[in-house]
Amino acid sequence: MAYTEEELKKELETKEYEYGFYTDIESETFPIGLSEEIVIAISKKKEEPEWMTLWRLEAFKHWKEMVEPEWANVHYEKPDFQAISYYSAPKKANPNKSLDDVDPELLEMYKKLGISVDEQKKLQNVAVDIVMDSVSVATTFKKTLAEKGIIFCSISEAIKEHPELVKKYLGSVVPQKDNFYAALNSAVFSDGSFCYIPKGVRCPMELSTYFRINQAGTGQFERTLVIADEGSYVSYLEGCTAPSRDENQLHAAVVELIALDDAEIKYSTVQNWFPGNKEGKGGVYNFVTKRGLCEKNAKISWTQVETGSAVTWKYPSCILKGDNSIGEFYSIAVTNNYQQADTGTKMVHLGKNTRSTIISKGISAGKSQNSYRGLVQVNSRAENARNFSQCDSLLMGNECGAHTFPYIEVKNKGAQIEHEATTSKIGEDQIFYCNQRGIDTEKAIALIVNGFSKEVLNKLPMEFAVEAQKLLEISLEGSVG
Amino acid sequence: MLKIENLHASVEDKEILRGINLEVKAGEVHAIMGPNGSGKSTLASVIAGKEEFEVTEGSVSLEGEDLEDASPEERAHKGVFLSFQYPVEIPGVSVTNFMKTAINESRKAKGLEDMPAKDMLKLIREKSELLEIDRKFLSRSLNQGFSGGEKKRNEIFQMAMLEPKLAILDETDSGLDIDALRIVANGVNKLKSKDNAVIVITHYQRLLDYIVPDFVHVLHNGKIVKSGGKELALELEEKGYDWLKQETAV
Ligand SMILES: Nc1ncnc2c1ncn2[C@@H]1O[C@H](COP(=O)(O)OP(=O)(O)O)[C@@H](O)[C@H]1O
Ligand SMILES: [Mg+2]
Repeated sequence: MAYTEEELKKELETKEYEYGFYTDIESETFPIGLSEEIVIAISKKKEEPEWMTLWRLEAFKHWKEMVEPEWANVHYEKPDFQAISYYSAPKKANPNKSLDDVDPELLEMYKKLGISVDEQKKLQNVAVDIVMDSVSVATTFKKTLAEKGIIFCSISEAIKEHPELVKKYLGSVVPQKDNFYAALNSAVFSDGSFCYIPKGVRCPMELSTYFRINQAGTGQFERTLVIADEGSYVSYLEGCTAPSRDENQLHAAVVELIALDDAEIKYSTVQNWFPGNKEGKGGVYNFVTKRGLCEKNAKISWTQVETGSAVTWKYPSCILKGDNSIGEFYSIAVTNNYQQADTGTKMVHLGKNTRSTIISKGISAGKSQNSYRGLVQVNSRAENARNFSQCDSLLMGNECGAHTFPYIEVKNKGAQIEHEATTSKIGEDQIFYCNQRGIDTEKAIALIVNGFSKEVLNKLPMEFAVEAQKLLEISLEGSVG
Repeated sequence: MLKIENLHASVEDKEILRGINLEVKAGEVHAIMGPNGSGKSTLASVIAGKEEFEVTEGSVSLEGEDLEDASPEERAHKGVFLSFQYPVEIPGVSVTNFMKTAINESRKAKGLEDMPAKDMLKLIREKSELLEIDRKFLSRSLNQGFSGGEKKRNEIFQMAMLEPKLAILDETDSGLDIDALRIVANGVNKLKSKDNAVIVITHYQRLLDYIVPDFVHVLHNGKIVKSGGKELALELEEKGYDWLKQETAV
């Protein structure tokens, strides 16, 4: 690889990052608790058609019969599902108004989040759909996208405007009864993003959604549906920050990706929910179901940087249904203090010549526990399937833990599966070496961690990568004595 | 510039330095020689402030300022540079990124802004040319998979980038072939001025043919047992250390 001046310059660039704040916005909150009535009320509030209400009710029926999964390597006090309010919408926002009509406090919040809903973003080729507490409040650059036939809107809007697409694909990759949290989400999801890229279209900009949890005691149940029609391409970014909160907040999102023949979806996430304080109090429970389906020659890449949440339970997966399809999973998971993360991926090889790559980087500090759980499944029909997995763990101190649980199920003899795993510790010698060059210990650790994570950071779009690097630094602050 | 007085240092209750006295003035080159295990690297580490070693007696001061309470990074900011005998690997961190961080951290400590990218580029270009370093090399992970010689050359490249007041080169010559040795020595000589000083730790006369010392000291058992001019190095080359060991045992 040639080393160009341009690359050198990029490497020399630095950028500011801001985080952590809380804004008062009047919101409308449903009474706490979950029942058929609440499900119906949510659907009604959102003016949904009957088929959608019935779909939710069916999910609710399944959910009532399910129990919370316990197999993950995490320990936490189970949320009381009857003590949560399932709907909270900022009152003053209205998606049909122009920016001038948007609550100035909201705009201020976007500014703090670094989201400028204006021409600047356009120049940076980012279209943003912001989901704050449940309702999508601003969607930008719809027009530019509409010219290409791209639909990018809130899922609520899609349910109304594009029912044929939603009906066809919602729940097609993550069925209502897939798991406890997915069922819950299907019943009560408040909002989320919807994206459709027509045949043969390359989406000209990165699409992006920012999630926030803003209202105390409200659950966040986002639903994202991305459909890339034949031969299309889209890169989708999902980011989030959450202001400090004392009680545990539940986040149970569902993301479904559908890549039809020859299509490609890149889905990048930077997750920074409130992790709880140094004593392990508070923090977000993040129980997310993310799955993508690849048809023939299609490709789905999941890239994620997970630094937040008190408890994370998340396995972005790929169903490689079509022949020659490709699934990729690149992940950095950082845990500090009392955080617990159980993350990984599932690669299900169904088609012939399907390929998957898994690169997982786990960084544990403090008293945290960081687990990688991955399943590579090769079906009997999946001739010539290949997988490469690499799981690296970096430990800081003696009180944290890193665990790797790779599961491999192969039913086809022609499959080639490679798994590599390493565990390392940040060495005193590395720190002293950096110190001697004038780099203090905190910065030295950030540098070493960024280096360790580089393969994954490199997969992120440039803008996101810088932010992600900063996040790694912030989340490991104070992790050395 | 550097003044070491009656320095004693131990690790795990084992005394390694047993009363070292050394004064290095600006513009001087000092060579420290001595058999393996005599405490040369320990002395370098103690000057650089490695906390593993406990200073039990005596002092180290730089430009009249006692370094006792200065952290390793503070010493670096004051202009102490150590070319490591065994440079460590930092996977995924390129030489460029590492240097950028080091330079900007030092600037920050001095209340300066980050160095503008264009100046940084210029500096990198200039110093890599000085040490005949291929620019591709600078994008590789720090010391990872570097040959012994590449590691040492990279140390001197870092020194050139940081322009320290006091540079300590700990066996920088080991692992270098004759051409690399010449390039490295030439680099050091070019950086030499009346305002900075160099301590060269080595076993061999070879390097001292290129970096000519003003003083040569022999370290044995944690003490400087003999000091002299550059001809002492020649004498050591010829006779080895045994005669000195005998002399001091008496
Ligand atoms: N971290 C350490 N722990 C214990 N002993 C050490 C340590 N570092 C150095 N020593 C000992 O101190 C002595 C001097 O070592 P060193 O300074 O590396 O010598 P030199 O560089 O002259 O070869 C040796 O006996 C070595 O084993
Ligand atoms: Mg040594």
